[in-house]
Amino acid sequence: MTLRRTGATTRRVLRQLGHDPRTVALLLAVPAVLMGLLAWILRSRDADFSRFGPPLLGIFPLIVMFLVTSVATLRERTNGTLERLLTMPLTKAEFVMGYALAFGFTAVVQAIVVSGLSFGLYGLHVSGSAWLVVVVAVVDALLGTALGLSLSALASTEFQAVQFMPAFILPQLLLCGIIVPRSELPTALHWLSDILPMSYAVGATQQLSTSVAVTSEFLVDIGVVGMFAAAALLLGAATLRRRTR
Amino acid sequence: MEPAISVEHLQVIRGGRTVVADVSFTVPSGTLVGLLGPSGCGKTTLMRSLVGTQVVAGGLVELFGQPAGSPNLRSQVGYVTQAPSVYSDLTVSENLRYFATVLGVQRSAVDRVIDEVGLGEHTDTVVGRLSGGEQARVSLATALLGSPRLLVLDEPTVGLDPLLRRDLWALFAGLAGTGTTLMVSSHVMDEAERCQRLLLMRDGRILADDSPESLLARTGSTDFDTAFISLVADPST
Ligand SMILES: Nc1ncnc2c1ncn2[C@@H]1O[C@H](COP(=O)(O)OP(=O)(O)OP(=O)(O)O)[C@@H](O)[C@H]1O
Ligand SMILES: [Mg+2]
Repeated sequence: MTLRRTGATTRRVLRQLGHDPRTVALLLAVPAVLMGLLAWILRSRDADFSRFGPPLLGIFPLIVMFLVTSVATLRERTNGTLERLLTMPLTKAEFVMGYALAFGFTAVVQAIVVSGLSFGLYGLHVSGSAWLVVVVAVVDALLGTALGLSLSALASTEFQAVQFMPAFILPQLLLCGIIVPRSELPTALHWLSDILPMSYAVGATQQLSTSVAVTSEFLVDIGVVGMFAAAALLLGAATLRRRTR
Repeated sequence: MEPAISVEHLQVIRGGRTVVADVSFTVPSGTLVGLLGPSGCGKTTLMRSLVGTQVVAGGLVELFGQPAGSPNLRSQVGYVTQAPSVYSDLTVSENLRYFATVLGVQRSAVDRVIDEVGLGEHTDTVVGRLSGGEQARVSLATALLGSPRLLVLDEPTVGLDPLLRRDLWALFAGLAGTGTTLMVSSHVMDEAERCQRLLLMRDGRILADDSPESLLARTGSTDFDTAFISLVADPST
């Protein structure tokens, strides 16, 4: 894998975003407005805002980056640029890493804007470090990008790709512990939630909400999310086929 | 010298149908070959097999003595797909700069290829705002970037005005003159006369593999449409 080709791919994806200012505006504004709405709804329930706010700071980028990446890679498949790239000396790993870095960078900007507003304007509090919330948000966004890259291989049309959001993300949202604490789920569902990455993404922010110091549970949670992201990126590279039927 | 392209008993099955059936031919280096045949006869499929993006059911495809699709060949083969495969949301030069970096060629190549395909006025135009023919030329320019030894061009001149078509065919002939091998597909039979060698295809088979002159002489025709028709009527001529 060369830095030159990976970096060129990253810059190219960012440049495509740059030509689409409306998408950039939506990427930044939608989560910011949604967090503002949540703060407003829960304005007299500080405890609830601290419970729902931090996990959502991580879940927004996960969902947004999942969708953006799915659509972007599907577009590469359907417009023939992926086929062309794979006849060139670009490795699958460079392609996948190029995307991960581009959307990872986008996620950093998004996380800083949304967290900045949440902590500075909407009055969100966590016991731990607010910066670590940003770190979790970025790792979650990388997970979303990685899942988007690998799952988009299963979709052959845009309609299918968009359906993957409700199919793969919504169940995780129900089971990740923000609606009902995971310990209170029926046993089978608890087991299921144990193997879903979003459970750990939410677990990490919950640790930050409640503990001042960095706990070992936090490190495990964020480590597991990182491993899911790495595994999904590997899967994403593996599902790229140079030869097709 | 090793042939640039060597295909033996190639068979491709797509969607349960045999779309390339027992095709064999070789092309020496530095030849401009035309791949002609009606829509759906398997031109694109054959070209995809050459560049190694098509799953094949049987046979052997080698480029410069190496199996099609091997990593070594990736910097030596330029492929232009039938539909323009460039980023429609980037400008012409942004597209070419990206592909230049991927191919590891000098930035100066970008200006050279923009010139070769006559897109000098549109360097900073977003590709999505170009006409279909202009987009096709951006796609073609991309394949010219690395000065590959073999160029596989799927209908590169479709929809272009006669002047530009003439210029591009002159460019192709010039490249062949410097040793580049080119395979150019078309379903416009008129383009046959610009090639040094013709592969006529029909229903997944090679109907004729000949020079344009000898094809006309052999079928007693004055144009390639008639030659094609008489070959279909009597493949033994
Ligand atoms: N993705 C696919 N799945 C199944 N069958 C396919 C696929 N693509 C093409 N085919 C079939 O393979 C045959 C050959 O197609 P191909 O695209 O190679 O033709 P072509 O000669 O390039 O035609 P055209 O001049 O219209 O581009 C056609 O009959 C087509 O229906
Ligand atoms: Mg075709």
